[in-house]
Amino acid sequence: MAILEIKNLKKSFGKTEVLKDISFSMEKGEAVSIIGSSGSGKTTFLRCINFLEKADSGTILLNGNEIFNGENKHTMSSADIRKNQLNFGFVFQQFNLFPQYNVLENVTLAPRLLAKERPDFKTNKKAIYKEIEENALSLLEKAGLKEKINNYPCQLSGGQQQRVAIVRALALNPEIMLFDEPTSALDPELTNEVLNIIKDLVDKDMTMIIVTHEMNFAKNVSDRVVFMDDGYIVEEGSPDEIFTNPKSERLKEFLSNTKV
Amino acid sequence: MFITVTLSLLEGLWTTFKIFSLTLLMALPLGLIISLGSMSKIKVIKWPIKTLIWVIRGTPLMLQLIVFGFGPGLLGIDGMSTFVAVMIAFVLNYACYFSEIYRGGIEGIPKGQYEAGTVLGLTKTQIFFKIVLMQVIKRIIPPMSNEFLTLVKDTSLANTIMIYEITWNAKRFMNSAHILWPLFYSGLFYLAFCGILTLLFGYIEKKLDYYKG
Repeated sequence: MAILEIKNLKKSFGKTEVLKDISFSMEKGEAVSIIGSSGSGKTTFLRCINFLEKADSGTILLNGNEIFNGENKHTMSSADIRKNQLNFGFVFQQFNLFPQYNVLENVTLAPRLLAKERPDFKTNKKAIYKEIEENALSLLEKAGLKEKINNYPCQLSGGQQQRVAIVRALALNPEIMLFDEPTSALDPELTNEVLNIIKDLVDKDMTMIIVTHEMNFAKNVSDRVVFMDDGYIVEEGSPDEIFTNPKSERLKEFLSNTKV
Repeated sequence: MFITVTLSLLEGLWTTFKIFSLTLLMALPLGLIISLGSMSKIKVIKWPIKTLIWVIRGTPLMLQLIVFGFGPGLLGIDGMSTFVAVMIAFVLNYACYFSEIYRGGIEGIPKGQYEAGTVLGLTKTQIFFKIVLMQVIKRIIPPMSNEFLTLVKDTSLANTIMIYEITWNAKRFMNSAHILWPLFYSGLFYLAFCGILTLLFGYIEKKLDYYKG
């Protein structure tokens, strides 16, 4: 069974139709790259998956359970939205770390707040907090950020900030990671340190969707590549099919304008 | 004479300080509530509050003091002390100014901060108190320090409805002893008060300097 199944997703902003009719599904452990020119709807698609934007119509199923249906989008309770959102880890182009907290606090803030909703929180507070901190420290160490745990975001390079942002998302154990152009705001020399972390996750069979302009990354790391254009998924397939044997004219044109 | 004047002004300073601190104590939280109301999407909340802010900021504080000082008496309501009237006028006036400063601070927080909180499963309340508020405070320190200094000097307006603060006490010597210098001398009290506040704000700004953004 597909871990994520999306049917006929549509989204407009005012009169601009951004997503025209998107159907998509993915298996557990798959890493899917979404490519396409700016304005093709890639980011909006990603944001609709975890409700940062509410689609106008269509359905989203996670492990076979409907977590979104355009028919009753107005009656969705904010508690349900919140609960479903936690199935996804989201990494932003602009990192969006919390500037007033140091690296460790950025990573532990959400797990600590969520722990308060656990029934055993009052009796186990200390142990729970300790576990959260140990988990954060081990994730930070794997991301090569052990030396930086007491630093504030403004003291870090863009690449380090984005690595913290990835760890922050991972700390909540999401089922699916969503990356929205994670390297687009970085200097070219810093992109690799972020891409390497994402590659590590791919190697560990983390399920993920990456919206990216890094064609080499899409080609070499992902299991499947989706090409979007003008609000539609125009073509999808293995990296090989997409990059060496594109079928649609639009994709051929896109690839000829992009250095691979 | 100098000692008499000094003691009298010090007594006035206590009243000035009381108006100042009580106004802050009440207007700072009230201002936050008003600012949230003025940004509300619900029109029946938003527009009355916007109107209130317009009226309060659009009329002189001295006039507001007179309205709250003498208005209740004219309406036949007795028993409200002048000091309470002063406090109502000051708290309302400053809460409205503070609310606009808060609004600027809150609207200046990048959307990404809210979104980052949302995708991490934080509730709206948690996002506001754990993420946004601290950043708002840092942003509003400079305009707030202006308001605090203005408030120190605005307390002198309370003398229009017979509150015995520094300026009232200084003016009293002008009328009774026909001397002007206590009035000039009172300026030093305000100056010292504001000097301390300026140092305090400098300290807070430095304390919050550990991060940017």
